[in-house]
Amino acid sequence: MTDERRTDYGPPHYERFLPPIIKENYGKWKYHEVLKPGVMVHVSESGAHLYSVRAASSRLLSIEKIRAYCDLADKYCGGYLRFTSRHNVEFLLSDAKNIDPLIADLKKLGHPVGGLQNSISAIVHTQGWIHCHSAATDASGVVKAVMDDLLEYFTEMKLPGKLRIALACCLNMCGAVHCSDIAILGIHRRPPRVDHENLHKMCEIPNVSASCPTAAIRPAMVGGKQSVEVLEERCMFCANCFTVCPSMPLADPLNDGVSIWVGGKVSNARHEPMFSKLAIPFLPNNPPRWPEVTEAIRNLVELWAKNARKYERMGEWIERIGWPKFFRMSGIEFRKEHIDDFKHAGLTFKRSTHLTF
Amino acid sequence: MAESLPKTPMLDELEKGGWPSFVKEIKLAAKKSPMAVDLLGLLERSYKEKIGHWKHGGIVGVMGYGGGVIGRYNDLPEVYPNISHFHTIRVNQPAGWFYKSDALRSICDIWEKRGSSLTNMHGSTGDIILLGTRTEQLEPIFAELSKVDFDLGGSGSDVRTPSCCCGMARCEWACYDTMRTCYDFTMKFQDELHRPAFPYKFKFKFSGCPNDCVASIARADMSIIGTWRDSIQMDKAAVTEYAKNGMDIQSEVVDNCPAKCMDWDGKELHIENSYCRRCMHCINVMPKALRPGKDRGATILLGSKAPIVEGALLSSVLIPFIKMEPPYKELTDIIDRIWELWCEEGKNRERVGEFIQRVGLGNFLEAIEVDPVPEMVAHPRENPYVFYEEYFEAGDEGSEEEEK
Ligand code: HEM
Ligand code: HEM
Ligand code: HEM
Ligand code: HEM
Ligand code: SF4
Ligand code: SF4
Ligand code: SF4
Ligand code: SF4
Repeated sequence: MTDERRTDYGPPHYERFLPPIIKENYGKWKYHEVLKPGVMVHVSESGAHLYSVRAASSRLLSIEKIRAYCDLADKYCGGYLRFTSRHNVEFLLSDAKNIDPLIADLKKLGHPVGGLQNSISAIVHTQGWIHCHSAATDASGVVKAVMDDLLEYFTEMKLPGKLRIALACCLNMCGAVHCSDIAILGIHRRPPRVDHENLHKMCEIPNVSASCPTAAIRPAMVGGKQSVEVLEERCMFCANCFTVCPSMPLADPLNDGVSIWVGGKVSNARHEPMFSKLAIPFLPNNPPRWPEVTEAIRNLVELWAKNARKYERMGEWIERIGWPKFFRMSGIEFRKEHIDDFKHAGLTFKRSTHLTF
Repeated sequence: MAESLPKTPMLDELEKGGWPSFVKEIKLAAKKSPMAVDLLGLLERSYKEKIGHWKHGGIVGVMGYGGGVIGRYNDLPEVYPNISHFHTIRVNQPAGWFYKSDALRSICDIWEKRGSSLTNMHGSTGDIILLGTRTEQLEPIFAELSKVDFDLGGSGSDVRTPSCCCGMARCEWACYDTMRTCYDFTMKFQDELHRPAFPYKFKFKFSGCPNDCVASIARADMSIIGTWRDSIQMDKAAVTEYAKNGMDIQSEVVDNCPAKCMDWDGKELHIENSYCRRCMHCINVMPKALRPGKDRGATILLGSKAPIVEGALLSSVLIPFIKMEPPYKELTDIIDRIWELWCEEGKNRERVGEFIQRVGLGNFLEAIEVDPVPEMVAHPRENPYVFYEEYFEAGDEGSEEEEK
């Protein structure tokens, strides 16, 4: 019996990790208030007060840093902490006296506190050059550069509403990029370069042809070897073929880069959830600080902040003023690439005379 | 080891600035981990060349599981031998991402001994991501994780690790117990999570209210979003208090109501609840005065996904309202029927949302035995090309004209 392998036991039960104050007041929270940037209090029917302190984190964490978080949790809140859906870290305090010392310690560690209410929270992002074969740009580096630039909007609450940024380093979009106020999306712009030497050894040719959404790939004999050919004018650089077949790489330093999408949202508050729409078709990869990207994003944030009404998310604001005005105000050139030409593209054409001038 | 760090002028630039630096994290790990040292070198090279250096993963994993490990190799193993293998392990996070320090430390200890010392807290699906180890370490890591009660998460064409908002643990708006439901579903579907047998991935995400803090409507094949059927609970005195403290209730609350179902006469707030769309705006703005109603449950939506392969989708309504109480039988029966149909008829790498687009929502509903209701559509069809499946021939029973 002893060598029987334990499987399918699932994650540890969450109750093991809930601080006593949460166990006692589970489901009994009455209201909450944001006390200052990054700090909120939840008040229970029982009168208990739970203080949460939210700090920025780089998502890519060394175990040294996780241990440092653990030390802080031990010092200030019985060892209890949590992470958020946007990669921030939160400490759960029952004693208000510990808030300021904790914030001071977090700052010493290099982790600013904020991200609540009308602020820009951390950027949901993916792996990029750190770990993924598919990347058209890096993830952590772009995020670091953009957030260094936008730090004041994380640590203060001076925006009209929430603003969520997400980054995916390729169209697989491992982060939910397409429903963000501002989305940064890595794109390829060169069709796959077929490795005719090796393709027949690595890949199933019928699968490769079938993988292409636009039917751009056909079986072909090249140099006496079974391979495929790509009708380049049909390729939309989705990399689906590369996902099923490593002999069709798209990554290319001259042509890869970043596109910027705006106006998506996830929450149901006021307007229904929306997809993000293309604002800037292409910006170059310019490591280590991607200055073109950080500047474009700052401009978008500030334009929205200046013109939106209270609570109005990016997409709600643009819907109110109309896209032509958005392009005029932002100075972004409207180009052929902005017009959809995939399925149901017609639904995105302007089908009325509701225009501003 | 500090003297053996490669020169990384471009990455060093990203140690500056106020936002936490991932480069500092890699360097912290590099004090002890040769894998992290090589990662620095490889990443600097990518920054110079503007291209990644990772290859498709082969199939790697632990015995008995088909998912949980992403295989990864670099394309310059002679130059960066310590990360010639750099596989990712997905570890199923505790619901709501709550931890106690001892549990986190036990994971750190395993990862210090057997991996790169680098992690993601967390991956975008929700797992703890242990970033970078060698094939021969996978079994020992799993054995040691098992001793501290952590199991692997999903990857490939299986149920992906479910995730949820913090719900009742720390939010007054949770309309059902998201953490318990997430845990219960994770446990119920262990087999489907560890052994890929679907056409493609299937994700569950649990949000306690329509604010949808885990983005389930955008990121989950099945989105389970808390809501209520009765009236918003109102504390009139607290409304007055907000007004007295300077809130412009007309412009901040009433004018932003998408249903236009609120009235404010300067003294009293009135909500015509039968028109309320459960958007949460008014509750978000006045948390001390307004709360979701008492008859609570969830709206179940189906089908969101990213553009690969056939285009992006948001989830759409499958069940307008359902009570979320164990054993969730009505819902899990529907899930069983969805999976049965999708496994039978779905194409390879076709998400359930794409499958529905291909076969038609009407046909899909018929096959899973769910009746169509108007809540499922933004509006009825505009195009008149209706696919009727049957027609009458002269003399057929039930053909009224002929019967006369
Ligand atoms: C055809 C579609 C997709 C392909 C080929 C794909 C491929 C991959 C690969 C290769 C990785 C490993 C990255 C690494 O650690 O090296 C990955 C990670 C991941 N993918 Fe995808 N992916 C696809 C779609 C998606 C979608 C639609 C989602 C979510 C909605 C998603 C969520 C994730 C998550 C959460 C990770 C973990 C890494 C992270 O957190 O950044 N993927 N994906
Ligand atoms: C008691 C109140 C609330 C709690 C405890 C709460 C908690 C959270 C947490 C912990 C996150 C992850 C956030 C991060 O790391 O930045 C989050 C994300 C989010 N919250 Fe909330 N939230 C609350 C209220 C709201 C409200 C009022 C809204 C909208 C009006 C909202 C909309 C969102 C959205 C859209 C996200 C981001 C989802 C994503 O894109 O990943 N939340 N919430
Ligand atoms: C109207 C615009 C769009 C909306 C509303 C939208 C919405 C979504 C949503 C809700 C997801 C779920 C993400 C997840 O499962 O984590 C998603 C995933 C994704 N989106 Fe989008 N998206 C849009 C446009 C795009 C575009 C233009 C691209 C690529 C060019 C894209 C690529 C992806 C990818 C690759 C994923 C991962 C999808 C998966 O889960 O299979 N999206 N998108
Ligand atoms: C197979 C589908 C359809 C057929 C065969 C059809 C046929 C017609 C015909 C014969 C006319 C009269 C043209 C005339 O006055 O000489 C007409 C007018 C019109 N149809 Fe359609 N139609 C179809 C679908 C639709 C749909 C789906 C819509 C709208 C969503 C639509 C909107 C209109 C409008 C707005 C007019 C003009 C009415 C007017 O002048 O007052 N039609 N259609
Ligand atoms: S978004 Fe693309 S490049 Fe980035 S981690 Fe996901 S699959 Fe890899
Ligand atoms: S990148 Fe996409 S569109 Fe281009 S050939 Fe490959 S599968 Fe087809
Ligand atoms: S989704 Fe709703 S219930 Fe869950 S944490 Fe967000 S606001 Fe609270
Ligand atoms: S929840 Fe939304 S729709 Fe309902 S009354 Fe409040 S603002 Fe209006």
